[in-house]
Amino acid sequence: MSAHQKPNQRPELAALDDATVARALTRMHLIRKFEEAAEASYMRGLIHGTMHLSIGQEASAVGTTLPLEAHDYILSTHRGHGHCIARGAEPKLMFAEFFGKETGYCKGRGGSMHIADVEGGNLGANGIVGGGLPIAVGVGMSIKAQKNGRVCMVFFGDGASNEGAFHEALNMASIWKLPVVFVCENNKYGMSMDIGRAMAVPNVADRASAYGMPGHCLDGNDLAGVAAVAKQAIARARSGEGPSLIECKTYRWRGHSKSDRNLYRSKEEIEEWRNQDPIRRLEDELKAHDRFDAAALMKLEEDAQREIDAAVEFARTCPDPDPKDLTRDVYAL
Amino acid sequence: MPSDTLEAVSEIRELSYAEAVREALGQAMEADERVFLFGEDVGVYGGAFGVSGDLVHRFGKERVIDTPISELGIAGAAVGAAITGMRPVLEIQFSDFVTLAMEQLVNQAAKIRFMFGGKASVPMVVRLPGGSGTGAAAQHSQSLEAWFAHVPGLKVLQPSTPHDAKGMLLAAIDDPNPVLIFEHKLLYKTKGHVPAEAYRVPIGQAAIRREGSDITIVGSSIMARKAEAAAERLATDGISAEVIDLRSIRPIDFTTIAESVRKTHRLLVVYEGVKTMGIGAEISAMIAESEVFDFLDAPIVRLGGADAPIPYNPVLEKAAVPQEDDIVAAATNLVRRGEA
Ligand SMILES: Cc1ncc(C[n+]2csc(CCOP(=O)(O)OP(=O)(O)O)c2C)c(N)n1
Ligand SMILES: [Mg+2]
Repeated sequence: MSAHQKPNQRPELAALDDATVARALTRMHLIRKFEEAAEASYMRGLIHGTMHLSIGQEASAVGTTLPLEAHDYILSTHRGHGHCIARGAEPKLMFAEFFGKETGYCKGRGGSMHIADVEGGNLGANGIVGGGLPIAVGVGMSIKAQKNGRVCMVFFGDGASNEGAFHEALNMASIWKLPVVFVCENNKYGMSMDIGRAMAVPNVADRASAYGMPGHCLDGNDLAGVAAVAKQAIARARSGEGPSLIECKTYRWRGHSKSDRNLYRSKEEIEEWRNQDPIRRLEDELKAHDRFDAAALMKLEEDAQREIDAAVEFARTCPDPDPKDLTRDVYAL
Repeated sequence: MPSDTLEAVSEIRELSYAEAVREALGQAMEADERVFLFGEDVGVYGGAFGVSGDLVHRFGKERVIDTPISELGIAGAAVGAAITGMRPVLEIQFSDFVTLAMEQLVNQAAKIRFMFGGKASVPMVVRLPGGSGTGAAAQHSQSLEAWFAHVPGLKVLQPSTPHDAKGMLLAAIDDPNPVLIFEHKLLYKTKGHVPAEAYRVPIGQAAIRREGSDITIVGSSIMARKAEAAAERLATDGISAEVIDLRSIRPIDFTTIAESVRKTHRLLVVYEGVKTMGIGAEISAMIAESEVFDFLDAPIVRLGGADAPIPYNPVLEKAAVPQEDDIVAAATNLVRRGEA
């Protein structure tokens, strides 16, 4: 830890040493820049289909995964680039997937909504809202049966918590005390549906009590705060005490997908949340405590930008899949 | 403008497929207070494909209802409303998500009337945007219509033109049974003539889109449109193709297909759903089981989706479903067969 840090640092931030903070910041920058570059590539016609950007939600993806161990699992969502990068996936292979290339994480078969890095413990983004939740139960069963001490963290949105799958999964994980951490990224909307119109309780975390597990409702744009609670929930899961539900309150700056005209929310609301930029907030706090100076912070950001630029270049030159392989991988051989 | 010019303009009024569906919804809601619309983001967002558009502003939030993301729940709610005097029209945002609603559609909606000895009916409509071609990959591009055509008690429609999209939706809303309408996403922006009044296109009747004498090409949904385009090209090559747009796959209009094959002696069936165990298998079997079989001069050919999920990569995605070129090639082979 840095020698000149000020004493009045809150414990959540003090708990993260400089190397950890730098890693977290780098990942948040990578996510932001990955998605900005994805958006730019889309505008240039390099990307087919649609995409769901998580710009503004980076502290949730990075904070929750920061205390995970290398062999732990995650399950992600349609808004999953952040989770993937937070777990250490290589942006160049993600871009290759985005561009539909044979070298991509899913050999160009899955695209943005299905990026998986199975070797890296990322069991996949998901095109089906809530699709990962019951799968997490099975991953938890597998961990328990194999006694391998791992943890499974599953991400989902506020909207997903209205699917039956959410309720069935939390119940099973709880009755069987499975090593699962449920992370709800509550960005206030399921597409155009305001959470206040979609559910009758104010917080998704309130639903935890119905399944006998702890529910934590957090400022999802506070990296250190998110990491501190995730650490507890992960420890609880690993020790066999059972699952937890963490709700990160956050906001997506961009539309739901590429076809969103933002008719359901105001410019002022978007602006308000842009002022809660999770990256700037962490940087400002680090500067205020003299842990990193402006030049050091700038370097982290520039390095991330360079990595993303190189990733796009790499992906563009990769080969396309061969149509004769259309039915490859439908079945395992 | 003189009035006769105005009339001429209205006669050739063109709407997009999406606009035609919206017009039908609006007219049905105007005519019948029991009709209401619900689904994910159908309100102020206007629907994921812009189909409901401004309807929430015209009819209010009580009749154009945004639902939570709860497909099983909303399908069941449609069943409950339908058996107690309402006429719900449900939008499943992408047809793929109907997999979450299977229980209510297959076990409940389809069977309630029968199980209750005819003492209830389930007049509900489910609209399902489906199909590939938008780069949305394996969980947002499927063509699942044949699954539902396998279920007695359901009706399954696939209108391919703006005209039919409107007329068949109005017929479906009138129908006292659960009706599923699969709308191909790539058709939404296509334009065509749509009369302004509320008219009905009867359920269960195929349409002959083009008359011909050498081969019958039966297509469903977007494949009927591709078959028409292919027939145009075949004609320049001296092949006269008759194109039948299936429009309804349950009930299916076997008579129209049989009469055509009796005349042309050759049959090609084109559909986007997975070829194996699909619509084409049923049509082929119906021909094989009937006396029309004796009129065939060549084996029946099916063109359908590959035995694979829809891939993300655009080249693979195209290769996974029949294209116009494939139809031209298959029809040419069928007709030229035996000539060599
Ligand atoms: C079962 C299912 N229903 C609907 C959709 C369409 N859809 C994709 S994302 C989305 C909104 C999801 O909201 P939320 O869970 O809050 O996640 P967010 O998009 O806000 O990250 C919807 C309705 C889907 N992909 N899957
Ligand atoms: Mg949300």
